[in-house]
Amino acid sequence: MKARVFVTLKPGVLDPQGKAIHHALEGLGFGGVQEVRAGKLIELELADGTSDDEIADMCRKLLANTVIENFKIERMATA
Amino acid sequence: MKSAVLVFPGSNCDRDLAVAIEQVTGRAPAMVWHREAELPDGTDFIAIPGGFSYGDYLRSGAMAARSPIMRAVSEAAGRGVPVLGICNGFQVLTEAGLLPGALMRNAGLHFVCRPVGLKVENSQSIFTSAYRAGEEISIPVAHHDGNYQADAETLDRLESEGRVAFRYTGEVNGSARSIAGIINAQGNVLGMMPHPERALETAHGNTDGRRLFEGLLEAVA
Repeated sequence: MKARVFVTLKPGVLDPQGKAIHHALEGLGFGGVQEVRAGKLIELELADGTSDDEIADMCRKLLANTVIENFKIERMATA
Repeated sequence: MKSAVLVFPGSNCDRDLAVAIEQVTGRAPAMVWHREAELPDGTDFIAIPGGFSYGDYLRSGAMAARSPIMRAVSEAAGRGVPVLGICNGFQVLTEAGLLPGALMRNAGLHFVCRPVGLKVENSQSIFTSAYRAGEEISIPVAHHDGNYQADAETLDRLESEGRVAFRYTGEVNGSARSIAGIINAQGNVLGMMPHPERALETAHGNTDGRRLFEGLLEAVA
């Protein structure tokens, strides 16, 4: 089975990279962008039966720094 | 003093740090590879060097903080053994939960490599006893992720408990409250972005970093 982990900066945490991307988009003439926040997508190939709790544990222990980041787990249907 | 310098894949200030420690303490530190599960017997000072451990993969310091040797470092820190993390070492200490907060991408997005002014905020710690409180010194920084951030409550606690060791005197990287270095609650773990080992001898152009090691030697010995 596969899961996707989305790691995003917590609301309120300053995101200099997102700001730079925002400025670059404006520089390209895209005027309608209100805000940009950059994050990470981590794809996991997991043994069948891996529980949500186990994946959340991976997130808390390594994949996300919960001081500054939130994570969201999305299970993917296997092809 | 029986020192240990940790070495991770991608550390690049480990040898400079070893030279600094040997010059000041008169004894070469043990170089301890990250796969080791234990520190040499009797280690009474642990230094975590700057560099780019694991290529800064995932987050700066994230992988190194989970390496086997860091369990031994956490255990030693709990016993009161002094631990100094410089630059990437500071990032490793925050990722390992030995210091609060996080070091994020510099606000200006650029790698900053130059001497910076620092104000010594606390001269009572084992790391800063050879400085005068409020003294201004100059020590080089070289980092991309030195932007110290923590929630307001944590920052207030650091300030009220005198745990801000050093503060930048000018704008460097966007750090909250210009924090350049912090100490843990127990007082034996210091993380700082500037490199005191690069300001050790007159040939470096400045010896302001030397007193950090001298003060520590006096405190430990």
